[in-house]
Amino acid sequence: MHAVNGVDFDVARGESLAIVGESGSGKTVAAMALVGLVPSPPARIRGERAVLNGLNLLALDERKLSEIRGSRIGFVFQDPLSALNPVLTIGRQISEVIERHLNIKGGEAKRRAVDWLVRVGIADSQGVADSFPHQLSGGMRQRAMIAMGLAGEPELLIADEPTTALDVTVQAQIVDLMLQLRDDLGMALVWISHDLGVVAGLADRVAVMYAGRIVESGSVQDLYGRPAHPYTRGLISSVPDLRTERLSRLATIPGGTPDPMALPPGCAYFPRCGISERECDARVPVMARISSSHWIACTPAANGIVAAEGQGDE
Amino acid sequence: MMGRYVARRLFLMIPVLLGVSILAFYVSQLLPGDPARAAAGRLATPEQLEAVRERLGLDQPIPVQYGLYIGRLLQGDLGTSLSSKQEVAQELRIFFPATLELLFATMVLTVVLGITIGVRAATSRGGWVDRAFLGFSYLGVGMPVFFLALLLQLVFAGWLRVLPIAGRLSLETVPPPVLTGLYTFDALFAGQWATMMDAGRHLVLPALTLSIAGISEVGRITRSAMLNALEQDYVRTARAKGLSERAVWLRHALPNAMLPTTTVIGLQVAFLLGGTVLIENIFSWGGLGTYAWKGIFRLDIPVIMGITLVSTTAYLFVNLGVDLLYTKLDPRIRYE
Repeated sequence: MHAVNGVDFDVARGESLAIVGESGSGKTVAAMALVGLVPSPPARIRGERAVLNGLNLLALDERKLSEIRGSRIGFVFQDPLSALNPVLTIGRQISEVIERHLNIKGGEAKRRAVDWLVRVGIADSQGVADSFPHQLSGGMRQRAMIAMGLAGEPELLIADEPTTALDVTVQAQIVDLMLQLRDDLGMALVWISHDLGVVAGLADRVAVMYAGRIVESGSVQDLYGRPAHPYTRGLISSVPDLRTERLSRLATIPGGTPDPMALPPGCAYFPRCGISERECDARVPVMARISSSHWIACTPAANGIVAAEGQGDE
Repeated sequence: MMGRYVARRLFLMIPVLLGVSILAFYVSQLLPGDPARAAAGRLATPEQLEAVRERLGLDQPIPVQYGLYIGRLLQGDLGTSLSSKQEVAQELRIFFPATLELLFATMVLTVVLGITIGVRAATSRGGWVDRAFLGFSYLGVGMPVFFLALLLQLVFAGWLRVLPIAGRLSLETVPPPVLTGLYTFDALFAGQWATMMDAGRHLVLPALTLSIAGISEVGRITRSAMLNALEQDYVRTARAKGLSERAVWLRHALPNAMLPTTTVIGLQVAFLLGGTVLIENIFSWGGLGTYAWKGIFRLDIPVIMGITLVSTTAYLFVNLGVDLLYTKLDPRIRYE
């Protein structure tokens, strides 16, 4: 089975890329596969290139990859209560990143771990460093998790649904914190989320995934202003709008995501799509550029836009 | 907080010990035979027999006998052996350390080998270590210990002649000055290296025999707990930090797997406290097991009672130790 197919994205320092998709769309797997975090076997990764500053990650062996994980690429996971080790103190879990990658040992590594806790906005940093995960609040745990992802001073931080388990107010704090840190440290940020609303406020560019493929990618303005793929349009119209006073029924997309074990031969969105043509069921649509920064994988929509623009030119 | 918990646990040991002592006392009465006859000897006349019965208080009703026993016990008197005429406390001081030493060696083997093998099996799941261990664990649990003991004696003492067949020391070795009663420790403290080595060599076969089942048990639990831990999110996090597989296994997965393992280790100690009788006899160990065996056959009630109370107390302390260890292994566990 192919959980992820032909995924292609890039992100620059100081930039935020959001990968958006429903659960099971392959967004996490795509990011984890880059750095050998998908257990293999059973998984096999057949990609051409995954380039980090000129270094092809897919050509590296596990030992080399492990040197990059945590140092040049940091991770922040969702649900820190289960993603943090319950029997090790927060300080220990951060300082082991420093010991592993920066070759700093013992007391100095511990001191730096506490410094990182200060930088992610924890006032009682020494107290938190000596605590175990279960003794902290959800927001505190996620801050600690971010400190851990940053402790190796990465060029790229991959955050997998970092705000999903948190209250809305805490979510906003975490988003602000991560953007602040991205700018301070000049790193690239990949934010994986199912929540278009959260992503709108933080990303420069957005890639929408459906059934293991990217179906649309573009700048935030492109995606929210001129969504082109029928799936993206469906997603955006199903975000509840708090500004409308009239109570209206929330728009939904009929049907469900396809079983990755039995993907249709053509476009995976075909069974749920409103604008499909006969051809869509036969061939997987290729990515087509519809403006300088905007790409979609939908033949009818791309043709329609090109045709409309052609008419406008006349 | 912890101190109060420990104090309460210690206090709760009193009713447990009382209950066990009542049970043991009554069960001893059910043993076939007449303790007075056993004490007086086969050739005693009926008059002598009655005199012995009266002197030992065996003519009293059983509840009265028990009351007298507990009264003396509270004054620290475990009574006198009916057969050897020695104080039971004195004899326990000789026999208990021998068993303790054997138990200690057995547990070191069980814990070290059990956990090592369990971790190796889990981390190379389906590999040859894993499959070899699976086969071994069936044998280890399934094989009767007396058979294993004889097999080891045959191979290592009989054929290879690399280890002594039985006993705690060679005939020509003088026991070290008594400090703890554990020969290896006492020899170590006295700086008698040759004695220590000799005592250590005598420990190998009985300890190995006793530990095989425990190694299988501890290894299997460690293996499954490790496999479970390795699937948790925090292991993925550890890998995402770029830690070596070794660090992921030993620092992140193993401490989380130690809780069920510790439970099994505690149960193993409890089992061994009562389970050494057969092995001590095969290896002429001269410990609590041998003492208990003789006591039972001679209807020596004070001896049986003394052993029961000492073993029970040891068991209760092991239990308490395991419970306290849980809090060290998992910071989420707290006792009020």
